[in-house]
Amino acid sequence: MNIVPLSWWDVTVAALLLMINAGLSIRLQLHLEKSLVIAALRMVVQLSLVGLLLKTLFALVSPWLTAAVALLMILFAGYEAMARQERRLAGWWGYGLGSAAILLASTAVTVFALTSQVQPQPWYNPQYAIPLLGMILGNCMTGVALGLNLLFTRAEPDRASIEAMLALGYSRHEALKPLVRQAIKAGLIPIINAMAATGLISLPGMMTGQILAGVEPSQAVKYQMLIMFLIAGGTAIGLLVAVHGGALRLSDERHRLRLDRLMGGDSPLSDKTADESS
Amino acid sequence: MTYLLEVCQLQRPGCEPLDISLATGEALAVMGPSGAGKSRLLRAIAELDPNEAEAVSLAGADRSSFAAPAWRRQVTYVAATPGWWAPTVADHFKTEHLTDANALATRVSLPSNAFEWTVSRLSTGEAQRLALIRALVQKPKVLLLDEPTASLDDEATAKVEALLRQRMTDGASLVIVTHNKNQVARLAKHCLRMDRTGKVTVEKV
Repeated sequence: MNIVPLSWWDVTVAALLLMINAGLSIRLQLHLEKSLVIAALRMVVQLSLVGLLLKTLFALVSPWLTAAVALLMILFAGYEAMARQERRLAGWWGYGLGSAAILLASTAVTVFALTSQVQPQPWYNPQYAIPLLGMILGNCMTGVALGLNLLFTRAEPDRASIEAMLALGYSRHEALKPLVRQAIKAGLIPIINAMAATGLISLPGMMTGQILAGVEPSQAVKYQMLIMFLIAGGTAIGLLVAVHGGALRLSDERHRLRLDRLMGGDSPLSDKTADESS
Repeated sequence: MTYLLEVCQLQRPGCEPLDISLATGEALAVMGPSGAGKSRLLRAIAELDPNEAEAVSLAGADRSSFAAPAWRRQVTYVAATPGWWAPTVADHFKTEHLTDANALATRVSLPSNAFEWTVSRLSTGEAQRLALIRALVQKPKVLLLDEPTASLDDEATAKVEALLRQRMTDGASLVIVTHNKNQVARLAKHCLRMDRTGKVTVEKV
């Protein structure tokens, strides 16, 4: 392979381009120069640490250490998925539901890819496992966050139609079906758009990276297709689990809509109680 | 005598618990200012809000012995502002109910093509009558009606009341929230008055 090695000097020269951004921000009074510099510094520090971590991890090839790093990544993804929801379930459910769905989907899809398609030696080899998981995780997290966000923010505005069905004796599954369908759709649209645009409008980062690293384009393309399918599958599984779990938690075994289990926004139930005890 | 619907110890925040019994074919009117908890009372009987502690029974059978959807098909709440979940009116009816629904629609002066309409073009009065029909076609034993004629003119109100009276002769009972004293006189034998402090008085009409 003909990799062109990069020196730190090369990176520094590229960083000069950041000055254009900073200059633009000062000139146009965008007040972005501070966040720009902080973001750039964060990137440098975070990536350097990850580089060090990966170097050690790849050298050790320990199943336990790999699993621990994977779990940590998943837990961060779960937190990020929670933070992206305007309204979410109260208590541990707010973090637990998204994280559990992401954990299940990304682990299942990564292990599937490692054991049946990529097949490194050993199958848990972190050099393959960690980047694969990372790509699946990022997309799965976005999908889950979008789906749950729609489910929980629409539940209250759609209360009249949901409760109209419940009042007529429809089950909670039937009454929440229109909303569940919308939520799953919202979570799947980014990956559908990404697949449709790939190759025409965008060259995916992983493929570009492989080509820069000297991999033959046809091989890089095959890898990219594999990744896209894994991402689509992982996102779909995570979304299904998260949205259905969310719908179950948003209702109870007596088929009632439980908006009181949501936090963020104004709870109509607490308003009502206050109104009536006055 | 056994009542068709019995409610015992209905808890309301800050007020004494409430008991209600309703005989077959009877209507109970509920009156009171906005915010007195009238809708909440109907929703509690239909078990739509969490943490209800009351005991409710239908013809002697306890509510907890029913699956919630089965209970609500027998004891059906019709909200003051009806909710819709699909584009056209007909989407809200099961196919086997459409013939009945059509017959009921003509009786409350809705045109026969009303079921082809999209929900977004319904007037408040049309929506209210169609939501009532949506509940009636399932032939519930108890109807919990929240201001069912609030946005109807006198003629349409009379037609809806005629429909309700017929259901009562057929053995259904009503709990009806209304602001109209004449309507109470026309339909109900008893009237439950609520005030803002939560006090409740039951009067014979």
